[in-house]
Amino acid sequence: MFGVPLFPPQASTIAPQVDNLYFFIVAVTAFFALLVSALVMFFAIKYRDDSGLKVGADIHGSVPLEVGWSLIPFVIAMVIFAWSSVVYFQSVRPPDQTLEIYATGKRWMWRFQHTDGMREINTLHVPLGRPIKVTFTAEDVLHDLYIPAFRVKADAIPGRYSSIWFQPTKTGEYHLFCAEYCGTKHSGMIGTVYVMEQDAYQAWLAGGGVTGGTMQARGEQLFQQLACNTCHRNDNTGRGPSLAGLFGAPVKLANGQTVVADEGYIRESVLTPQMKLVEGYGPLMPTFQGLVNEDGMLSLIEYVKSLSGSGAATQASAAGAVAPAAGPR
Amino acid sequence: MTTTTVIESPVNYLNVKHTVASWLLTKDHKRIGLMYMAVVTLGFLVGAVFAAGIRLELATPQGDLVSSDTYNRMFTMHGVAMVFFVLIPAVPAILGNFVLPLMLGAKDVAFPKINLLSWYVFVVGMILTFGAMLTGGVDTGWTFYPPYSTDQSDSNVFLTGLGVFVTGFSSILTGLNFMVTIHRMRAPGLTWFRLPLFVWAVYATSLVQILGTPVIAITVLMLALERVAGLGIFDPTLGGDPVLFQHLFWFYSHPAVYIMILPPMGAISEVIACFSRKQVFGYSFVAFSSLAIAVFGFLVWAHHLFVAGISPYSAMVFSILTYAVAVPSAVKTFNWTATMYKGAIWWKAPMIWVFGFLGLFLIGGLTGLFTASLGVDIHIHDTYFVVAHFHYIMVGGAIMGYFAGLHFWWPKMTGRMYSDAAAKVAAVLVFVGFNLTFFPQFILGYLGMPRRYHMYPPEFQVLNVMSTGGAMILGVGYLLPMIYFTWSFFYGEKAGANPWLATGLEWTTQSPPLPENFPDTPIVTEGAYDYAKRETRVA
Repeated sequence: MFGVPLFPPQASTIAPQVDNLYFFIVAVTAFFALLVSALVMFFAIKYRDDSGLKVGADIHGSVPLEVGWSLIPFVIAMVIFAWSSVVYFQSVRPPDQTLEIYATGKRWMWRFQHTDGMREINTLHVPLGRPIKVTFTAEDVLHDLYIPAFRVKADAIPGRYSSIWFQPTKTGEYHLFCAEYCGTKHSGMIGTVYVMEQDAYQAWLAGGGVTGGTMQARGEQLFQQLACNTCHRNDNTGRGPSLAGLFGAPVKLANGQTVVADEGYIRESVLTPQMKLVEGYGPLMPTFQGLVNEDGMLSLIEYVKSLSGSGAATQASAAGAVAPAAGPR
Repeated sequence: MTTTTVIESPVNYLNVKHTVASWLLTKDHKRIGLMYMAVVTLGFLVGAVFAAGIRLELATPQGDLVSSDTYNRMFTMHGVAMVFFVLIPAVPAILGNFVLPLMLGAKDVAFPKINLLSWYVFVVGMILTFGAMLTGGVDTGWTFYPPYSTDQSDSNVFLTGLGVFVTGFSSILTGLNFMVTIHRMRAPGLTWFRLPLFVWAVYATSLVQILGTPVIAITVLMLALERVAGLGIFDPTLGGDPVLFQHLFWFYSHPAVYIMILPPMGAISEVIACFSRKQVFGYSFVAFSSLAIAVFGFLVWAHHLFVAGISPYSAMVFSILTYAVAVPSAVKTFNWTATMYKGAIWWKAPMIWVFGFLGLFLIGGLTGLFTASLGVDIHIHDTYFVVAHFHYIMVGGAIMGYFAGLHFWWPKMTGRMYSDAAAKVAAVLVFVGFNLTFFPQFILGYLGMPRRYHMYPPEFQVLNVMSTGGAMILGVGYLLPMIYFTWSFFYGEKAGANPWLATGLEWTTQSPPLPENFPDTPIVTEGAYDYAKRETRVA
């Protein structure tokens, strides 16, 4: 209206679902707001008596009314709750096949890494029509990756991995905000998401000048530099457990528990190896705290994923060759 | 008309002694109430100055008025001042202190010395916190989230935290005092179901103050240990968990919302009954809804963590519990509306403030349905939508309720009337200014503007300018009462014991009341709002 935006662009598959739910709640709340304000105004005018000398009718209450106006809001609230939960689960559970992108939040910038090597700061290029999962953490304090046009948001928490997923439905440029207060330039920790047609995206990937090979390749390099490979051999002859086929699989621990090897588990095992010892292995591994930064950790994870044939890295060769293009295959 | 007449004594609690020491060492709950009013009003002015700074800066998208660091300090100190030194103490410590013993027919609270102590504790906390503001301020946000607050911020986090820690004990002591007072000091015949609904609301609030406040004290203490001594509790590089802090913080700070809103709700029940000349509709439902809100309020804290990486299933549990706590609030609103049905609505200033309260609280409460919705909250969390929502509850609800109560009890407190017309103008200005300030923020929030932003994309400017304009009207609306109340205190027309012809024991004694409240202990023989019985109909 008059050039003032009143509604954000709808640019992901989840956005219309969030908006439909939003408009339903708008309708419900507008109805009750108008009903109650109309009654208040009607009573205030109809029963106005400014003498102060009259008294009102001697009405004490009505149990059927109380039950009614407790139950009706409750039932409406439960309908909203159920609908909200359905939308929520779609919004937080990514589909099985996603294009993976990694990110790190740091005061006051967002660094993104694409699996085939592209890195960018405060911009994020994504292809149209593909489900995309961004896995991220924070290097210093809390941040929050928020893309209003996609209706997605999650806190970036140091020491943990969060993720958002979205499937863009409209090409264009959209805001990317940090939504968790992080100090001086919090409001400067913003960027732009570029949703591109598939071929434009491929051209961007190819033209951007790949730095340092794919993430998997960088991960493998790091794996050797840090001498992880001396103990973690893929043929199970090392002092540590083999990592082949590890990612996503259940791991039996020395204390009898079983955990699933996800991103958080790998990170924890690198930084505090004694926390979750694998059954049958001694507490030999030293901590790698301070030896590997957040970006490196993400590359290591991408490499470990490649060892079990999951993630975007599977297509790339194990020798660290640059993948030609990680488009839709 | 009431048939009893009050014999006026020339001595009242205000003129019994005039020395400064007689105020600073008083054990009279009425004087302590006024002393709270003085310091809370100071807190409000400080918070309001920061609010004005925030709104002026946000009139343009660029950060052109102050630096980002200054802006961050302004919104932090606005929040700290308003939450801990205005909203939490306003109604219980000012109005509660003044009217609670009067409503019960008691001479004072159960522990008058502890009551004075809690005022001093409050003032010490205030000096520490405001001292921190004067010596550089604090920039963590009023939520003090680590690891920023423990590891990165170079502002006065420790001193501010200490101030909040100390102030908490004032809140605990007041809650304890009021709870014992309500149990032990009721006049003969004043059974639980004859109590004014304000007393029920204060009782429910005391429960939250006693059970919740120690948790924030412990949490702030842990924060201080981490910041000062490097003890790893919340900082992940020290082996801690930052989300743990958020759980602990909101375990108090969500119930604290009910400390802020329950007592004003109680005041609204009193005012609406008086100016509808009628029983409150569904007395026991309104009374128990206060308790239900206090109890359920402890079970919803993690709805502040929907995007902080908690499990989707626990998010669902907290979402459904949040919807559950919405029901007693809805019940109250319906009962207030029904109270007006077939009343004799007397359009005096306190009632105009109630109309404003109802309109704003309605919007505040209903927009809670959006933030409680998991699907929608992912989008609006940490945006201006949330800022608008909680201002509708805390300013639109709590502060409007405080003003409704203050206009209602002012003649009792001071023995003098204020200009009814000026008070009505102020109520309308606040209502209009408030909506203009905060309604655009719902739209900004859904557009995606994050909160705590010093600079913002230019397309959000028009809505922000509306908001800033509204804040100026709001400022005038708040300035007016300070002027006409001050005038009234010295020159206002004498009010007499019961200018509103209200029921309730506080109106049976003279205004201002005697130092010992009542000449003789009153005996209660009827319910709280027996307008029909006590007044004769004018044909």
